[in-house]
Amino acid sequence: MLKIENLHATVADKPILKGLSLTINAGEIHAIMGPNGAGKSTLAYVLGGRPGYEVTEGSVSFTPSPCHPRESGDPGATLADATLGPRFRGDDKGELDLLALEPHERAAAGLFLGFQYPVEIPGVSNVQFLRESLNAQRKARGQEPLSGGDFLKLAREKAGLLKLDMDMLKRPVNVGFSGGEKKRNEMVQMGILDPTLAILDETDSGLDIDALRIVGDGINAIMRRPDKAVLLITHYQRLLDYVQPDFVHVLAAGRIVKSGGPELARELEAHGYAEVAA
Amino acid sequence: MTAASLPTHRDEAWRYSDIDAVAAAWPLPAPESIMVPAGGELRRAIVQDEGAIRQIELTLGKGAVAKLHVLNIGGAYGRIELNVTLHEGADFALGAAQIGGGEQVLEIITTVTHAEPGATSRQRVRSVLGGTATGTYLGKVAVARGAQQTDSEQDVKAMLLDRSATANAKPELEIFADDVKCAHGCAIGELDAEALFYLQSRGMPPAEAKKILLQAFVAGVFDGAEDEARLQELALAKLGELV
Ligand SMILES: Nc1ncnc2c1ncn2[C@@H]1O[C@H](COP(=O)(O)OP(=O)(O)OP(=O)(O)O)[C@@H](O)[C@H]1O
Ligand SMILES: [Mg+2]
Repeated sequence: MLKIENLHATVADKPILKGLSLTINAGEIHAIMGPNGAGKSTLAYVLGGRPGYEVTEGSVSFTPSPCHPRESGDPGATLADATLGPRFRGDDKGELDLLALEPHERAAAGLFLGFQYPVEIPGVSNVQFLRESLNAQRKARGQEPLSGGDFLKLAREKAGLLKLDMDMLKRPVNVGFSGGEKKRNEMVQMGILDPTLAILDETDSGLDIDALRIVGDGINAIMRRPDKAVLLITHYQRLLDYVQPDFVHVLAAGRIVKSGGPELARELEAHGYAEVAA
Repeated sequence: MTAASLPTHRDEAWRYSDIDAVAAAWPLPAPESIMVPAGGELRRAIVQDEGAIRQIELTLGKGAVAKLHVLNIGGAYGRIELNVTLHEGADFALGAAQIGGGEQVLEIITTVTHAEPGATSRQRVRSVLGGTATGTYLGKVAVARGAQQTDSEQDVKAMLLDRSATANAKPELEIFADDVKCAHGCAIGELDAEALFYLQSRGMPPAEAKKILLQAFVAGVFDGAEDEARLQELALAKLGELV
């Protein structure tokens, strides 16, 4: 689904990613751990297409529509559908050059970025912005827009899944939300937008014990499917107790320096990066 | 307020004006004069969408209340000039937005005179400017001798969509009383890049994302306007042309 090859990227002319390679297949959950400043958020931003994060070398291909069409949603509304614009159709294997797409096109192609620090936007309500976002995505994919009533029903369902009060969704985006509420709001957004690939940057940071379980269950409910994949960026084993990864990677100094199964996360927790990833 | 002869850029109130456009409209008709009697109330929306110079002289009698909403968006040169005099305990509120692109020159010029004690004035002005447009707010608050317990506020913000656009903002105070509260704040900025990326990362095309942020930036000024929905709609349509 996602194939990152020899990715090099700079921020403000400073090299941060230095030859990172990683392949994620449909149905898999990958966790990335690594010391502060290693480049984890940079990787997430580069994949999301944030301005100022410049790719100097390497490639990223994204295949949003695996062979099996998605079960949910409109019939025939897979991204490989011939009604889609050529930008989302990819090559004959359905592969897209992710880095050639604008941020909003990456979202429409099925990518979701959960922010380490969700942004506050005064004056813009969650429901207004999410409905417009979802309908912009649907339009790009050649689907009909969702009506106001249908959207609210969907939003209520996902807010319920994440146990976030529906009233909060009517408030301006993240304004006055606690740290944990912001993270839960990210997951509500993910539920509503229903992506194929989610990159979740420290979604567990700032969550209390109960919220951590709710978010973990939410990620599983929304994303653990054979046609989807997740890249979890985290510092702690505890999230991985709820969302069990198939693979764990250590990112240090801009590269993946070690990969393994779920046991690697436990080793890291017990012994630290210096010893395990040396 | 009406200059006897054609103003030049040396006249403070016309410093950033499009003098050629002023010359073409010269001589200006007498300003519109509005009087709100003691205890009276006025609520009015002014939309400048054709490139005009509007001059209004507004007098509020004792305890009178006036709420003015201004949308300045049209023509090559659009100027709205308000000269407001407040008598004892009067309450004046202005909510204004000016939105311009291309080579538009838009300005809102206010003089609010607190002639007697206990009057309040609140001005909120938002400008959104793209292209090589110029948006100006010159706002003078004059507190007369003896006009104690004056409470005045000027809250002025401008958003530049392009480096080539210009915003001028000049709140000015002239105070001859000692027991007064006069606040003014002014800020000129650009769209928040982080917010923009956040919206785009959710699937919103850049133009839509900009529009929604700009809409939020100006929306508040029309709260409680006589014709709020129409003002919002006109503002949004104009913003849509700029992004
Ligand atoms: N705008 C910037 N200008 C200069 N350096 C930057 C900028 N943004 C990020 N960096 C640097 O890039 C490096 C990688 O940052 P990044 O946020 O990707 O780390 P991280 O692995 O996510 O760390 P953490 O675990 O603390 O979240 C850091 O050294 C950081 O200081
Ligand atoms: Mg980070």
